[in-house]
Amino acid sequence: MTLTIDPATAVFAVDHSRCIGCGACVQACAECDTHRGVSMIHLDTVDRAASTQTVPQVCMHCEDPTCAEVCPADAIKQNEDGVVQSSLKPRCIACSNCVYACPFGIPKMVTEYEQMMKCDMCYDRTSEGLKPMCASVCPSEALWYGTRDEFERTRRGTLVRDWQFGNQDVRTKVAIVANEPGTVDVYIGKKSGHWLDDPFALETSR
Amino acid sequence: MAQIPLTEEALVEKYGPHLNRTPPGGWDAGLDIDSVVDTHCCFCGQQCGIRLKVSGNQVVGFEPRYDFPFNEGKLCPKGVKRYLQGGHPDRLTDPLERDPTHPDGFRPVSWDYAMDRTAQEIRRIQETYGPDSFAVLSGVSITNEKSYLMGKFARLGIGTANLDYNGRLCMVSAGAAGKKALGVDRAANPWSDIPLAEVVFVAGANIAECAPITTSYIWRARDRGGKLIVMDPRVTPAARTADVFLGLRPGTDLAVLSAIFRVLIERDWLDHDFITAHTVGFDEAAEAVSGASLSWAEEVSGVPAARIEQAAELWGTSATGMLLHARGIEHHTKGVDNVLACINLGLATGKYGKPGCGVNTITGQGNGQGGREHGHKCDQLPGNRDITNPEHREHVASVWGCDESEIPGKGLTAQEIMDAIAAGEIKGLLSICFNPLVSLPDANFTRAALDSLEFYTAIDFFLSETAHHADIVMAGSLHEEDEGTVTTLEGRVVKVNAAVSPPGNARRDWEIVCDLADRLGRGQYFSYTSTEEMFDELRRASAGGSADYTGITWRRVVDEQGVFWPCPEEGHPGTPRLFEGGRFFHLDGKARFIPTPWRESAELPDEGYPVYLTTGRVISQYLSGTQTRRIGALVDQYPEPLCEIHPRLAGELGIADGDMVRVESRRGEMTVPAKVVETIRPDTVFIPYHWPGDKSANLLTHRDIDPISGIPEYKISAVRLSKADGRGDVRDDRDLTLHGDNR
Repeated sequence: MTLTIDPATAVFAVDHSRCIGCGACVQACAECDTHRGVSMIHLDTVDRAASTQTVPQVCMHCEDPTCAEVCPADAIKQNEDGVVQSSLKPRCIACSNCVYACPFGIPKMVTEYEQMMKCDMCYDRTSEGLKPMCASVCPSEALWYGTRDEFERTRRGTLVRDWQFGNQDVRTKVAIVANEPGTVDVYIGKKSGHWLDDPFALETSR
Repeated sequence: MAQIPLTEEALVEKYGPHLNRTPPGGWDAGLDIDSVVDTHCCFCGQQCGIRLKVSGNQVVGFEPRYDFPFNEGKLCPKGVKRYLQGGHPDRLTDPLERDPTHPDGFRPVSWDYAMDRTAQEIRRIQETYGPDSFAVLSGVSITNEKSYLMGKFARLGIGTANLDYNGRLCMVSAGAAGKKALGVDRAANPWSDIPLAEVVFVAGANIAECAPITTSYIWRARDRGGKLIVMDPRVTPAARTADVFLGLRPGTDLAVLSAIFRVLIERDWLDHDFITAHTVGFDEAAEAVSGASLSWAEEVSGVPAARIEQAAELWGTSATGMLLHARGIEHHTKGVDNVLACINLGLATGKYGKPGCGVNTITGQGNGQGGREHGHKCDQLPGNRDITNPEHREHVASVWGCDESEIPGKGLTAQEIMDAIAAGEIKGLLSICFNPLVSLPDANFTRAALDSLEFYTAIDFFLSETAHHADIVMAGSLHEEDEGTVTTLEGRVVKVNAAVSPPGNARRDWEIVCDLADRLGRGQYFSYTSTEEMFDELRRASAGGSADYTGITWRRVVDEQGVFWPCPEEGHPGTPRLFEGGRFFHLDGKARFIPTPWRESAELPDEGYPVYLTTGRVISQYLSGTQTRRIGALVDQYPEPLCEIHPRLAGELGIADGDMVRVESRRGEMTVPAKVVETIRPDTVFIPYHWPGDKSANLLTHRDIDPISGIPEYKISAVRLSKADGRGDVRDDRDLTLHGDNR
C-alpha cells in the first residue's frame, strides 16, 4: 500500500450521475479505524418511486464552515488541510445549532454520545496519504479522491466548488462533477429530455 | 431419512441466521493486529482484492487492497462486511448427526463417526440401487483445487456419474454458447478492454448490484466518449444514465438481438473481411433473422423500433465495442440461443480479438469461471474436457493413475438430479457449497425431494436451509480458512490466502473429502498433503485442454497479481485477450455463426396468470444468502424480499406502496410487501430470490430448463397478484445510516 496523496491539494469529487446506491460507502465509513462502527456518510434515495437515483453526501468541508460559525462552544475545528472535523467531545454541548445551520445537512447529533459527529474525510487516512474509506471502495467512482492531475487526465466533467444557497455563497473543499463550469444554484433544477421520461415507451401508441 | 428433525423455527432459533453486527470483541476492542493478509473477496466472480486484518486467529476487519489491479481497493458492501462471517455465533464447529430427540435437532458426533456412517451409507445405497443412485452436488464459491477435488472424488472416490454443481444455475448458458461458437468457455477480454470500447452494450446484466466494480470500467469508457446501451426490463441503477435503453418484455431478448443483427446486414454494417477469414456459417445465421424486422421486434419486445435501430447503429458503426451479458439473458430455456445471438453480433462486426472488442459473460459466482473448468460438472473433466470423449478420458485417467473404465460417464445436471431424487432414482446425496432449497426453482418440489432421500451428508460452515435435511453435517471451512486459487470473470487465476484456521473441530473442506475417500477405500487417489499439490495435479490434468493451466504456478499467480489462462507452458505469459488475430479455439481456427431462430419462453402469461415474474439479486445479498443473511449491516440494507411493481399495474389491482401483495403461480404462492416503482415494466414484477421458506421467490418459479445448458428459466414465470391484508415494512433507504444496532 504505497498511496501518497497530499491532502492539502487532493481533489475529492462527487459525481452523482455515477452513484449506484450500493451502500458500500456507508458500510465502509463505519469501518474506518476512528469511526468504529458509526457511519458518517449519508446516502439518500431521491425518489425511489420514480428513479433509482441516489445521492452520496459527504461533508463538503466548506472554506468558511457554517457549522463552526454557528457553534456557541467553538467545538468545530478546521485543520490546515481544510478538513472540518467532528465536534470536540469536551466542548460540544449537543445543541444541534450546526445540524440546523449546515446548508448540506451533514452534521448529526448522536444522542448516544451527546456529541455532533460528521464526516472528517477519514482524517486518520488522508493525513497519511491514503484515500478516505468511501472513495476507496466506491465501485463506480462516484466518490473519487486523488490528485487534480489524475482527475483531469482520466475523467470528464468539470469540478465545481461554488454554491449559492439563496443569498449565501459557499465555497467547498469537496467538489461535485458537473457538465459545465459555474456556481451550482441549488434552487434551479435541470430539465431531462431523455428516454428516462418514458423508459418503457408507455406513451407511444402501439 | 432426510426430513428436518425439528420445525424450521426451532432450527432457525438454534442455527440461525442470527445477525453478526460487530467485529470480535466489539468496535472498541482495540485489538492488536497480528497480520494483514492479502486475499480476495469470497463473493462474486469479480474476486476483488481485499486485505483481511487478523487478531488472535480471528478476522477482525479489512483494508482496501489498492495494489490489486482489477479493483484497486474498490469493494461493494458485501466485500466490506464479508469479514463478519468469521467469529459468527452460527458457525458450525463440530460434525453433527440428525437427532429428532435432541433439543437442537442435531447432536455433535466425532469425525470418525461422521465419516464412517457417511461411507457406509454411500456403499449401502450404491450396492442396493446401483452406483449412480448416490449423487454429489458441488458449488463454485470454492477454489479451483476443491472444484477439481470434488470432480475426482465423485468419479473415483464414490464412483458415481451423478455429480453436478450450482454453476448450473448461473454460467452454463454462456459456457455452452462459447464452446459451440468459439470453441472455448471464457470471457473474451480482460476488463481493461472495457474502457477502450466506443460502445458498451450491457444485455441482461444488473451490473450495479451484481458486478458493481464493473460500473467503474464502463464509466472509464464513457469518460473517453463511449456510449452505453442497456437492455433490461428494469431501469437498473446503471441503466439510469444509459444513452440507449431497451426496456424489453422478459424473454424477448432474442427478438431484439435478431432485429439488431438484421439491421447490421441491411445497412451493411458488417466486417466482411473478418467474416470471410475467421468464421463459418454466416449465411445460415443471417437467414435465421431474415424475418426479424424492426416492427416485428417492436411488437414482440415492446421496445420502440427506433431505439432498437439506434442500438444497432451504435454497435454497427463503432470501430470498437464490448457486449457484456449476464443472467438476464442466460436464465432462459433459450439461454444458450440468447448468448449465441450476442456472439453473432460480435462476429458480424469483427468485434473479437482486438483492444476494446469482445462479447463477454459477466460470470456470477466467486469461482464461477475456474469452477466450471476443472471437472465438477456432470459432462466435464479437468481442463474443460468432455467426459464423453475417449481421448479426453484417457488423458485424465493417465493423470489420475486409474484405468479409463473407472471414470463414470456423463451424469445428470443439477435440476435433473433433484428431479431424479423426487422420482426415487437417486437415494443418497452429498453436497458442498450448494443450497438448492433456496436456489433451485419450485422450492416446494425441492423440499419434497430432499425429504425423500434415504441419506444425505452436507459439508458446510453454516447450517443452510438445505442442510436442515441432512443426516450428517460435516463442519467445513470458510473462504478465509484455507488457501488455493480461483479464476475470476476475466479468466485471471488469482490466489486466495488463509487468514485463520478453522475454529473448534471444523476442518478444511479438502481434508474432509480426502478423509472420506480413504474411508471409502479409495485413499490411494487422494493422498494430498496440501492444496498446492492438487493445483499441480490440476495443471497436468488440464494440459492440452481448452482451459490449459500448465504454465500457471502458485508462485507466478502471486508474483504477477494473477495469470490469465490459457497458459500452456512454463514461461508462457498467459492470455489476457482471447482470439487475437482472429484465431478461435475450434480445430480449423474459425468461429461459428450459429442460427438462432425465434422461439417463445416456456411459461408465458395467460388469463389465469397474467403477469411476468422475473427474479434476481440485490446488492447487499449473495446467492442463497447462507453467508449474507447472517451479517447484520447487509440485512439492514435489504431485510426481506419486496415485489417491485409499476404504478400502472399496482393501480389496476388497488395496491399501494407498502401493501402486502399475494403473488401466485402454478407452483406456489408467497406474500410480500409491494414496492411501487416506475422503474419496471407494467407487465412485469420483480422479486429477489435470496431468502428461504415463505420468503422464497423460488416458490413461484418453474423447473423447465434450457435443452442444451440445463439452466432453469428463473427470469420468466407467469403469476397473478392480489392485494393481501396488512402493510409491509418497505425500507425506503432515504437515509441509510449505520449506528444504533450496528454499534
